[in-house]
Amino acid sequence: MSQPYRLAGRGRIDVSQPLTFSFNGRRLTAFKGDTAASALLANGIHFCGRSFKYHRPRGILTAGSEEPNALLDVDRGNGRRDPNNRATVVEVTDGMTLRSQNHYPSLETDVGALNDRLSPMFAAGFYYKTFMWPKAAWTRLYEPIIRRAAGLGSAPDRPDPDRYVHHNATCDVLIVGLGPTGLAAARAAAKSGKRVIACDEQAEPGGALLHDATSTIDGLSASQWVAEAIAELDTNENVILLPRTTAFGYFNHNHIALAERVTDHLANPPSGLPRERLWQVRAGEVVIAAGSHERPLVFADNDRPGILLADAIRTYLNRYGVAPGDRTVIATSGASAYQTALDLNAAGREVRVVDLRLAEDCGAELEAAKTAGIEVFNAHTVVGASGKKRVDGLLAAPIKPDGSVGEPITLSCDCVGMSGGWTPAVHLFSQSRGKLTYDTQRDAFLPGASVQQEQSAGACNGAFALDACLREGARAGAEAVGRATDAPPLATAPTFTGFQPVRVMPSSADPAKTRAFIDFQNDVTAKDIKLAVREGFESIEHVKRYTTTGMATDQGKTSNMNALGLVAGTLSRELPKVGTTTFRLPYTPVTFGALAGQNRGDLFDPIRKTPVHAWALQRGAKFEDVGNWKRAWFFPEGRETMDEAVARECLAVRERVGLFDASTLGKIEVVGPDAAEFLNRVYTNGLKAMPVGRCRYGLMLGEDGYIMDDGVVARLADDRFHITTTTGGAPRVLAHMEDYLQTEWSDLDVFLTSTTEQWAVIAVQGPRARDVIAPFVTGADLSNGAMPHMSVRTCDVCGVEARLMRMSFTGELGYEINVPASRGLEVWEMIWAAGEPHGMCVYGTETMHVLRAERGFIIVGQDTDGTMSPDDVGLDGLVSKKKADFIGKRSLARPDLVADGRKQLVGLRTAGDAIRLDEGAQIVDEPDHPKPVPMLGHVTSSYQSAALGHPIALGVVKDGRARLGDTVHVTTAEGFTTAEIVAPIFIDAEGVRVHG
Amino acid sequence: MLMITCPYCGPRSELEFHCGGEAHIARPQDPSALDHRAWAEHLFYRQNTRGVVAERWHHRHGCQRWFNALRDTASDRILETYPAGEPRPDLAREAKR
Repeated sequence: MSQPYRLAGRGRIDVSQPLTFSFNGRRLTAFKGDTAASALLANGIHFCGRSFKYHRPRGILTAGSEEPNALLDVDRGNGRRDPNNRATVVEVTDGMTLRSQNHYPSLETDVGALNDRLSPMFAAGFYYKTFMWPKAAWTRLYEPIIRRAAGLGSAPDRPDPDRYVHHNATCDVLIVGLGPTGLAAARAAAKSGKRVIACDEQAEPGGALLHDATSTIDGLSASQWVAEAIAELDTNENVILLPRTTAFGYFNHNHIALAERVTDHLANPPSGLPRERLWQVRAGEVVIAAGSHERPLVFADNDRPGILLADAIRTYLNRYGVAPGDRTVIATSGASAYQTALDLNAAGREVRVVDLRLAEDCGAELEAAKTAGIEVFNAHTVVGASGKKRVDGLLAAPIKPDGSVGEPITLSCDCVGMSGGWTPAVHLFSQSRGKLTYDTQRDAFLPGASVQQEQSAGACNGAFALDACLREGARAGAEAVGRATDAPPLATAPTFTGFQPVRVMPSSADPAKTRAFIDFQNDVTAKDIKLAVREGFESIEHVKRYTTTGMATDQGKTSNMNALGLVAGTLSRELPKVGTTTFRLPYTPVTFGALAGQNRGDLFDPIRKTPVHAWALQRGAKFEDVGNWKRAWFFPEGRETMDEAVARECLAVRERVGLFDASTLGKIEVVGPDAAEFLNRVYTNGLKAMPVGRCRYGLMLGEDGYIMDDGVVARLADDRFHITTTTGGAPRVLAHMEDYLQTEWSDLDVFLTSTTEQWAVIAVQGPRARDVIAPFVTGADLSNGAMPHMSVRTCDVCGVEARLMRMSFTGELGYEINVPASRGLEVWEMIWAAGEPHGMCVYGTETMHVLRAERGFIIVGQDTDGTMSPDDVGLDGLVSKKKADFIGKRSLARPDLVADGRKQLVGLRTAGDAIRLDEGAQIVDEPDHPKPVPMLGHVTSSYQSAALGHPIALGVVKDGRARLGDTVHVTTAEGFTTAEIVAPIFIDAEGVRVHG
Repeated sequence: MLMITCPYCGPRSELEFHCGGEAHIARPQDPSALDHRAWAEHLFYRQNTRGVVAERWHHRHGCQRWFNALRDTASDRILETYPAGEPRPDLAREAKR
């Protein structure tokens, strides 16, 4: 029969919409509104997973997000598969494929279950105690086995086909959790007209009211009241209502992260919708109404499938119309579980109650049970459960007046509901940095004083009765919007509350032989915790890490208080002295997709492209990443290798002319009456008297005296400069200049504007550069006399208004044509076409690097590393001796900057010019020196020079300039090679070619 | 993530800002007049207190303005922001008013 445990006419599922799904290959049916857990239970399936360490059969324990056991692999088809989903929160869709995890070859027959027999080996801290020897076995034997055994599900093996988005939002009030408390708070807050965001992690808001079959609120049934509240909030345009949305992190300044599951509940999601939406909410006020978690009871074999939390049974019964068993025993130390017994009884199911408490310690719940004819065993403990893959009996034993445990009786059953009291969900409050205080009466850690603009209300604040929840919620909602509290909703029929805290159920069995689980997901037993304490672990944080209790994906939601209480009891300390472990985010697991959002694939990092990019791509250029820029690296022709292409490009520039896209250079427009004064203070050079129309290579230091950036300063007018920076340094340089302008020299009248993206920069370099561009230039005389090296003209190039600079980073005659970026490609193509008769060649960044190294020009960040002064790189001549002050000047006189032994830029040539050195290779005097070998410096740049026909290198060497001609040793992949220290310039030492 | 109130743009997320370290350390008028010790202290020595500190912040992905903020390093709360060049607000006196 299909769904034998489904009860007709009960629950909130939609029986008009039947679904089929599969579990481990079995085709099963369910209804819309079912979770995977309720659907499995409706089909009589409890056993749906194997535990982490011992591979013990496990069933469904809870009905909510705190589920530790029932972790399933969910496959929605087309690569939409992910592991470790809690069956209790997965909404079943038609055609969904579910699989259990952590077993081989099958759920029923699992070789890993051997671990359960060997459990004495796997006691707390077993991995610190075993596998100690032989040492060699660790890497070859133990680690591979442990690695294979570790972990739960298997990771998806295909790219995630779904889309995820990030969303930022602000609101006046954020309500977290929409049970009775949250709904009352949301209604009270929404009345003010302020902007409210209200979220709940479940498919429908309502929380515990959705499975409350007996309470009435304001004269309505619980479910009617929920429907009315939702309808009211839904129609309020100031309220954003977010079901299926978990508030998983509470950060500084009321910044809360929410994960909204948008389409997982749809069999065929519309293509426009993302799978999940990550909300980053800034809330004026937060009302936390996160509820509470029921505690399991700790007794031998309390992990058998068929043993659930008592309130979970009530949830399946009333909300999903599923009776998890025909003959249920409720084992409890408190009052709330009686409601489950009453509801089961009312549904016609056989039920008995085992209560740890004396009859006289019980309240109205006992009378209600007796009136209903339910058999209750007061003053009885539970000492065990029978049945391996499904519980078939519960062993209850009387506690005698002297406290000893009597003879057990077996209560035959197919389902057990246990309840050890309630633990408030204080996670978000704790993440908000609020301190928890221990409340003895409720045996719970409760929120103390708020640190942020936040209030906790309802069960998460220790209020377990329905009327108290409604009252606290209404008050918190009103206070959050600064209103007086209206009359709160009124609940009739008091809730059964109160419980007797118990850590481990009393038993006369040998505790050393008892497997009573505290942390179900990480397989931690009471025995393990006692062992850890006996071995000296007293801090709760140490016990946690040693035993791994609370460290699984459920983060100990069901186990935390039992573990803390047991540690306190074993140490004979009061519970608050033991304290609690840190509540870390996320509250429940969040997909990587939601965290990554749109930032993957092409959108992982911004990509910057120059106006010439498409042309270079079409031309077959290879690209390299420089910052976010894609720069053309080299342009291979035919089947050329990189070395061949670079050699060809280099020779073309030295012998004829080359074309280079320098658009990525950082550019800043410096304007204002004090622009010259300002730049004079920023650069080391004397710039104040620089004539209009001239350019200068400028060096910029940090206040510590080290080279920060370099570039060209071009004066366009008395009050206007165009400066360039390194490609990667542009934002840093602008921020640096803004800093001084705004905070130190705010009296200077200067404006700085980033113009990097506004200009395309076309460099034409080589002996024939002038011949190539001359036909296109109007409004400027290009002759040596009229426009010498290092000058700038505003003119027309190819009919486009341009800033034409005569400058060279190659050592050849050269021009850089700045045109508006939108005209860049057009000008580039015209010059390219005109260059052909001159034998022009397009070249990339690699050739640019070789050419500048041949000429000894440094690259800031490659030949310098943030600890190099101008003198270190031989540029002391660029430091003005006349200026009274500039940024970094004072530091150049620091003792360590003028001391001997500083690393200085030199050239390097290997013996016989045999090999090209590795960039980054270390330089030493004595390779055979006992370790550590004193280091002299390292190679910073190394290339094959096509023009010279041998390799060249630049490097930094201690006192290098005084050691020209010395032989040093340089590391290679094989060992060492020798190199001679030479001057850091290899071509045209006199610098005549640029004036050609 | 902090919420920082730029004196020019209003409250914005920390993502838009860059912290520039301790505030109210004026660059000496004539650095060359300082001995090595005094210059080293100007460059590198900072209070690094637990409690309320005045810090420089730059609205780098916004208006590009530098300003100062009083931040409690223990609670990570930003108590006040004010334009660069203005004196450090006296919180105790303001609280009394």
